[in-house]
Amino acid sequence: MTTSSDRTAPDAVQTDLVQFLTRRTGKDWTADDDVFGSGGLSSLHAMELVVHLERTFGVSIRGGDLQKENFRTVQRMSELVERLQTAGDGGTGA
Amino acid sequence: MAEDNGTPGSGQPLAVLGAGVMGSGIAALAIGHGVAVSLIDVDRARLATAAARIDHHVRTAQLLGASPAADAPGELVTGLSPDGLLTGAGAVPAAVIEAVTEDADAKAKALADAAALVPPGTPIISNTSSIPIDELARAVPRPADLIGTHFMNPPYLISTVEVIRGTHTAEATLAAVRALLTGLRREPIVVQDAPGFVTSRILHPMINDAVRVVAAGTASVPSVDRLMQGCLGHPTGPLRTADLIGLDNLVDSLWVLHRRTGDEGCRPCDLLLDMVKAGRLGRKSGRGFYDYEGEQA
Ligand SMILES: NC(=O)c1ccc[n+]([C@@H]2O[C@H](COP(=O)([O-])OP(=O)(O)OC[C@H]3O[C@@H](n4cnc5c(N)ncnc54)[C@H](O)[C@@H]3O)[C@@H](O)[C@H]2O)c1
Repeated sequence: MTTSSDRTAPDAVQTDLVQFLTRRTGKDWTADDDVFGSGGLSSLHAMELVVHLERTFGVSIRGGDLQKENFRTVQRMSELVERLQTAGDGGTGA
Repeated sequence: MAEDNGTPGSGQPLAVLGAGVMGSGIAALAIGHGVAVSLIDVDRARLATAAARIDHHVRTAQLLGASPAADAPGELVTGLSPDGLLTGAGAVPAAVIEAVTEDADAKAKALADAAALVPPGTPIISNTSSIPIDELARAVPRPADLIGTHFMNPPYLISTVEVIRGTHTAEATLAAVRALLTGLRREPIVVQDAPGFVTSRILHPMINDAVRVVAAGTASVPSVDRLMQGCLGHPTGPLRTADLIGLDNLVDSLWVLHRRTGDEGCRPCDLLLDMVKAGRLGRKSGRGFYDYEGEQA
């Protein structure tokens, strides 16, 4: 396993996501707020988060990772990005 | 098991005519349930973006737990004409679903062309919002094979489907379509034929009225939607629903209803017509009553 310059620090992922959600919903967000709760995104728009993460952090989110629970909070999304970026480095693709 | 219900697992593809909002949504529903799709659109540009749009829909359905076949999605093939795509080994479709522009002539042609290529007994399904099935039946060689399904948008998330039985629709056609829908985990509700059937006859003039209320200055767009949601339990509000349907399609459907019922409530109101003229078609064009910039339709 090598470290990669493609990897984004978890803090940076969270900062980006908080900004994205604030822009999108017009309210303030913390890392643990329920993204789909009141004042948040409707489920119908959950894919916007997937598209945003893929475009911004160069990951591909497919198959079993496409679960609403993985996107429920900023914290969980940053964990997902970290896991996918790490898997990408290792070339396991899992 | 899906295999018991016909198409899923039977290996036969579903043919979908029209790769617009509904055609791509219906294709995504099938593909997400492991059913192969042959998708036909006369518009080269539409067809070119179809695979990406369908993939987006399939992933949306997976994300929301509405699609079971994450590991074995159905295959997609696309083409500019049904010739070749609906015939030959492995290509004969289990059913044809027509989802082309809401125009009686365009539908008559698309239905007749496809019906001429498939074996008798293959259900020929129109996804029209409002054109009576008996009217479309005049265009096809075997009216017994013709039936209506009115999927709501997005078809891969909404699990109830209005099914329209024409005067000539055969019992076997109805049974096959029930099996097809059950295999796709949809609940069919069978109704009789009439302009707009049940859902469009009620919903479309209601949306038209919501637009009139906004044009009259009685309330803002978000206020109308919030009231219909909060007070009356409407899931998205009529104006956001209009954006999701596509304002051009809504206008087409209102004209169909107006011409056939004479109901003035179905005459598309000026604001709606102006918005279509200005290219503000709703979600699919990035802007309608609301802005959807940066969102993929
Ligand atoms: N939009 C909705 O919410 C909704 C809901 C239920 C039913 N419907 C109905 O579904 C049908 C399709 O609507 P839509 O919103 O997807 O429209 P759309 O404008 O998004 O797509 C229609 C597509 O049909 C194609 N087309 C036209 N003639 C064709 C032909 N002969 N062969 C193949 N393709 C052809 C066009 O190029 C276009 O891509 C309409 O009958 C509509 O009333 C729409």
